Amino acid sequence: MSLTCFVFVKQVPDTHNISGDAMKEDGTVNRAALPAIFNPEDQNALELALRLRDRAGGKVVVCTMGPPAATNVLRQALYMGADEAILVTDRAFAGADTLATSYTLACAARKYGQADLILCGRQAIDGDTAQVGPQIAEKLNLPQMTYVEDVSEIRDGKIRAKCQIEGGYEVLEGPLPMLLTVTATANVPRPPSARRLMQYKKASTRSELLQKHRGRDYEDANLLAEEEDKLKSRQLWIHEWTAADLKADTDRVGLAGSPTKVKAIESVKLGKHEYKDIAPTDQGIAELTKELIAEHILS
Amino acid sequence: MSADKIGNVWVFVEQDNGTIADVSLELLCKGKELAGQLGVQTEAVLLGRNPENLCSVLHEYGADNVFLADDPALECFSTLPYAKVLVELVKAHTPNILMFGATHAGRSLAPRVASSLGGGLTADCTDLQIDDFMDKKNQCLLKNKLMQIRPAFGGNIVATIANSWQDPQMVTVREGVMKLEDPVKNRKGSITPVPVKLSPDDLVIKLIERVKADKLINLKGSQVIVAGGYGVGSKQNFELIHEFADTIGASVGASRAAVDAGWIDHGHQVGQTGVTVRPRLYIACGISGSVQHRAGMDESGTIIAINTDPDAPIFSVANYGIVGDLNDVLPKFIKAYKSAQK
Repeated sequence: MSLTCFVFVKQVPDTHNISGDAMKEDGTVNRAALPAIFNPEDQNALELALRLRDRAGGKVVVCTMGPPAATNVLRQALYMGADEAILVTDRAFAGADTLATSYTLACAARKYGQADLILCGRQAIDGDTAQVGPQIAEKLNLPQMTYVEDVSEIRDGKIRAKCQIEGGYEVLEGPLPMLLTVTATANVPRPPSARRLMQYKKASTRSELLQKHRGRDYEDANLLAEEEDKLKSRQLWIHEWTAADLKADTDRVGLAGSPTKVKAIESVKLGKHEYKDIAPTDQGIAELTKELIAEHILS
Repeated sequence: MSADKIGNVWVFVEQDNGTIADVSLELLCKGKELAGQLGVQTEAVLLGRNPENLCSVLHEYGADNVFLADDPALECFSTLPYAKVLVELVKAHTPNILMFGATHAGRSLAPRVASSLGGGLTADCTDLQIDDFMDKKNQCLLKNKLMQIRPAFGGNIVATIANSWQDPQMVTVREGVMKLEDPVKNRKGSITPVPVKLSPDDLVIKLIERVKADKLINLKGSQVIVAGGYGVGSKQNFELIHEFADTIGASVGASRAAVDAGWIDHGHQVGQTGVTVRPRLYIACGISGSVQHRAGMDESGTIIAINTDPDAPIFSVANYGIVGDLNDVLPKFIKAYKSAQK
């Protein structure tokens, strides 16, 4: 059998390694100071898709919504082994909450066409909501399996997977097409292949191609089309879809399509706070221990 | 629904084999408080197979009414049939607020329901308040909305989120975040049976096997917790945390960074995406103290912070601070405790 896996990935600020200059004076986040990375659990989702494809044959398509710079995670996905990549980008998508994001991504999946499996990471490290996966499933009218740790079998149009639950796990079986959200414990994502890196580093979107040739004399539009065809024939073309390409309802994307609004943001500033300083010496700690026992804080 | 009449406050009740999840009872307590401010009722939504005997507990914890959906297909939690029942119910009754526990089940169900209703959903709230909200885009003041407060962006900011669309305002909340009040014995309420109409499409996912251990770690119920963070340095060093905890009769907690590093299981995680604790004594070892972590422990009775970095934010919530290497401090602590016991 041949399997088409459609994997949603996200470029996120590396919130696990935030440095001091990540916050601006006015208390807002300085995104420019944060390195942008491939969301960790999306790599687990991609790895699972690659393994399933390697087992069954077929292809893996990766898709992200984001600014043009998010093309970098698509290239990383190509280095790891994805067959095709799609950037969903439009100014109209800015400010989207999870509802508007899932609508936009569902439109992209629909435009791509039939997939057997749609995979997402369990959650992204910038918001930690874990909401977009199930919301895409609902919008595509697909069943879902969340917190997937392993796929044991895909046969006769059915998938069997092991999913984490509170304090244990469940083995579930259901029909394809199915949406999965994948946890960090599912696998160890493969590193980029050196051979593929050489092959795909030139993969680009139309915007990147235009950018590259900006300022040059481009009277002959055919030249650009020629270059585009050349990239396409070598599978180096990254699709770039806008709101119009998706035929998306403009009231349902970006800030306009987001029911949740940020009322206020406070940067976390720590007030002055007094605590009792204990010397890290035998004597200091012995006195502290006695005090804790005397006050019945320790027994 | 007319503009001056708002809906009730709802809590989705998670139960497994006749046991109600703690978080559902905690949310009922919070729901009762919010409903009191809004002048509306608190209602619980209970799904399962023969779960009727659980209704009295829900009444005692604050539910004025329980919507009861009883069907063999609802015996074990499954997203599709549960979402179907819940969505129909919300459409019929238009609650003002709908709260879910941020468990695996709640985090699978809530987004599915929110997407189907086309409504807003905020994950992992650490506080909920009622306040007015100025919708700048539509230039109208929305009265008595639910302020959904959560840390975001790696804990560098705390965001207050409001829902500018139609009700319900939906949120998920982690276990332990809201306080469990004592139940009011023999408090009575009503029960509203819910007709369950499921189609074959709702039942396409079959449960093949289910393995569920009893909760092994009861961090929430612990009076003394020793927690390790990224500063512990390695899985091997984490043994010292266990040894210290064993010595003083404490449970072991951890920060997210230590869990992510694979040094300890997620069940031990304290904080916004773990469990919220209020022990008598909390000893934070090598934990820098992100806002997400502090949100899960800053109501502890006494807090001791041990960290090499004197500027670590954990010291901002500490009663006692020890600036030093935990690998040096903890053996001294163990020695001091043992000699004090003699």
